[in-house]
Amino acid sequence: MSPELVLFLQTLVSGILIGFVFSLLSVGLTLIFGVMDIVNFAHGEHLMLAMYATFWMWTLWGIDPLFSLPVVALLLFILGVITYRLLIRYVLDAPMLAQIFVTFGLMVFLRNLAQVLWSEDYRRIGDTLLSGRIELFGIFIGRPQLFASLGAVITTGLLYFFLKRTRTGWALEATAEDKEVAGLMGINTERMFALAWGLGLASVGVAGALLATFNPIFPEVGTVFVLVTFVAVALGGFGSVPGAFIAGIIIGIVQVLGGFLWEPRFKTVLIYAIYLGVVFIRPQGLLGRR
Amino acid sequence: MQRIRWQLLVLVLVVLLLLAFPFYVAQPFLQRTMILVVMWSVLGLAWNILGGYAGQVSFGHAIFFGLGAYTSTYLFTEWGISPWLGMFVGAGVAVLVSIVIGWPSFRLVGHYFAIATIAAGEIFAVIFRNWKAVGGAVGIYLPIIRGDRLIDYQFQEFKAGYYYIILAMLALIVLVTYRLERTRMGYYLKAIREDSEAARSLGINITRYKLYAMMISAAFTAIVGTFYAQFVLYISPNTVFALAISIQMALVAILGGTGTLLGPIIGAAVLIPMAEYTRVYLAGRAGGLHLVVYGLLIMLISVYQPAGLMGIYREWQHKRAARGMVNDSLPVATAEGGADDAVA
Amino acid sequence: MPLLEIEGLTKQFGGLTANHNIHLQVEEGEILGLIGPNGAGKTTLFNCITGFYPPTRGRVRFQGRDITGWPPERVCQAGIARTFQIVRVLREMTVLENVMVGAFLRYPRVEEARRHALQILEFSGLIDRRHELARNLTIANKKRLELARALATKPRLLFLDEAMAGLNPSEINDAVAMVRKLSEQGITMILVEHVMKVIMPLAERVVVLDSGELIADDTPENIATNPRVIEAYLGEKYRATRAIH
Ligand SMILES: Nc1ncnc2c1ncn2[C@@H]1O[C@H](COP(=O)(O)OP(=O)(O)O)[C@@H](O)[C@H]1O
Ligand SMILES: [Mg+2]
Repeated sequence: MSPELVLFLQTLVSGILIGFVFSLLSVGLTLIFGVMDIVNFAHGEHLMLAMYATFWMWTLWGIDPLFSLPVVALLLFILGVITYRLLIRYVLDAPMLAQIFVTFGLMVFLRNLAQVLWSEDYRRIGDTLLSGRIELFGIFIGRPQLFASLGAVITTGLLYFFLKRTRTGWALEATAEDKEVAGLMGINTERMFALAWGLGLASVGVAGALLATFNPIFPEVGTVFVLVTFVAVALGGFGSVPGAFIAGIIIGIVQVLGGFLWEPRFKTVLIYAIYLGVVFIRPQGLLGRR
Repeated sequence: MQRIRWQLLVLVLVVLLLLAFPFYVAQPFLQRTMILVVMWSVLGLAWNILGGYAGQVSFGHAIFFGLGAYTSTYLFTEWGISPWLGMFVGAGVAVLVSIVIGWPSFRLVGHYFAIATIAAGEIFAVIFRNWKAVGGAVGIYLPIIRGDRLIDYQFQEFKAGYYYIILAMLALIVLVTYRLERTRMGYYLKAIREDSEAARSLGINITRYKLYAMMISAAFTAIVGTFYAQFVLYISPNTVFALAISIQMALVAILGGTGTLLGPIIGAAVLIPMAEYTRVYLAGRAGGLHLVVYGLLIMLISVYQPAGLMGIYREWQHKRAARGMVNDSLPVATAEGGADDAVA
Repeated sequence: MPLLEIEGLTKQFGGLTANHNIHLQVEEGEILGLIGPNGAGKTTLFNCITGFYPPTRGRVRFQGRDITGWPPERVCQAGIARTFQIVRVLREMTVLENVMVGAFLRYPRVEEARRHALQILEFSGLIDRRHELARNLTIANKKRLELARALATKPRLLFLDEAMAGLNPSEINDAVAMVRKLSEQGITMILVEHVMKVIMPLAERVVVLDSGELIADDTPENIATNPRVIEAYLGEKYRATRAIH
């Protein structure tokens, strides 16, 4: 293979790998939006918390991210439920301004709290069980990246299975469809909302633990990912889980290819331009129904 | 009548106190803080026209701030055009851009619109970071001009010069907002915020009015952008096109109370000193502490009092008035509502 | 020339046909009743005429002008006003401000709009509540406010979507009296009601929608005995009983 081709394939593969992580993040966001029409502006900060949780467990107690992952997911699930019970519950019927500002305030709060507590330093997790890289047909793939995308696919799959194949998942979807009808059918919508937040943040927890193995950790790390996530959610159609999944992969690919073929520093512009293009031309997203 | 005369008295007093401020407070830190309070009041009020009255939450207003700062600075440093003139050119550029952004974006509502503005803001930041002709990521330093002449839009010794300029801008936007509240457009913007479909059913062309609001909002934001450039004498994409600027504009308005005239001013008066004090006295140690408190405040306010500090004040006023009603059965009317009986 | 003419109007949502090939003419000064079981497509028809939905096929003419596909604000400017089945008051604005927003269409100046709005509030019995926030009103008063707000735009033709649903008998009487008064003032009205008996004494002519089709267009007396209409309503009862079990 020619060096250019190898480089191209290398880029493509890394795009797909990171795309799976975007997918998982987007699925978490879209789940919450689908069930209650609220955008979690603090999504990136929740990711940041998950990454720090992974980092501290590794630094303080030497727990490998591979093992802290379920703990982080559980922690974020609890955080999601608490966030719902303490904040979101009160703005369900509030004016839209309040709905936007509440998670927005949470974003400002968490991001700066992290800055105060842990400073702006970039932190990294050193050698983990996942470190190293493998070679496939001349293409190098980082094991952390490979594992992250595997983990993301598995988690998304499990979530999808849960939504489509279990009673609770079905109740959650019914709530997303029409909360009043769901209420009449005897579904405790209040619990479904809390569950949506729990699951949404648990997905972020998994993504955070996985990302922490190769991505630097700092208070503003959320912004790097969250905008991409917004774009993926819009692209996939707000509220659509499969849509968010596919959109995440597309964006991963577009981002690296854009950087490869054009100019790396313009790759974000490309992604935002896609978002604007999508919402203007097809506001319901690629796979959205509305 | 009694009440109106009393209000007028307070107003005159406040204006006098504001005008005399540099004479009774000489400490540079306090003067600087005061300038920032007034500056953020103007920015909050500018954001408020679109975000508060029309209810279109923008997190991308740094675009207009940055355009104002860059236009006047570029015209001045490259072509020697006076920043006074550049300020209006900058406002014009911002208005044009606001149309280009607003026209398509206004088809989006609520969260979708808010996210679109974030995306637009980031695009501008990236473009300016990479635009060599305007200094790229490094930005532009403005040349220092001594002499403290108003015409130069620069004050090295007499910092109060900046204060009076920004105070004049505040006066202007207060006047504009005051007028807005009392004209058809103000009512229309509120109607759009409350229920855009209902507004349409009443014959309101909502896109047009949202666009008007955005244009006014953009123009004022850009003008303050120029002021900021002249005040700090250095601009860069990371300072003037920052998401943080957009966020703070919204915060000031939310904290004080969106859709009110005094809200953003109160918000700025509370927030900015807090920010400046923590920045100066806790420098390095706890950089984001005031922002932690902001975040907490924003959450508390959206949950318990979406109308902001103004809302708390109004409620208190209502309660007091309600208690007063026991004695004299004056109707509890808003300041505005009371006037209609005279016409009827 | 009829005031409103609908020709072959069809509205589809994906595979669902909510209105199918509707032909309808409304004369100046009429009170027309539009009834039909839940989901028959009444609200959809309103939305198509008032510009909230673009019709899939067919034409709408108002005073001889083709207004098909006009946006809602333009339809309103042309002289058609409406209320909503689920009330949409401007919650954080006062009652007076709500009506002023409507009045501004014909009176751009604040003082004139306020004067006009006060007149309408007097007429609709909300004058004592003019400084209250709209969100604090009872459902009946919210509906009254929505009607007042629509009236403030000085319409020639008024669409009321289930304006009396959820009201108690005395409130219904008030509403009926109001409709009569408006009719005397020369406003043409189309009333949608789900329940037949409210419409019968009020309307001069009643049209019936069922599953998107216009199945009858007659006097109230004849409608009440029309077998197809009875079947449509019986069908609904049948469906309703099944849904419970
Ligand atoms: N925006 C929409 N999208 C999809 N289906 C709709 C929409 N609006 C109405 N419908 C469907 O059209 C049919 C007619 O509804 P509607 O006009 O509200 O009936 P009615 O007012 O007579 O009760 C229903 O089956 C309803 O579900
Ligand atoms: Mg209906």
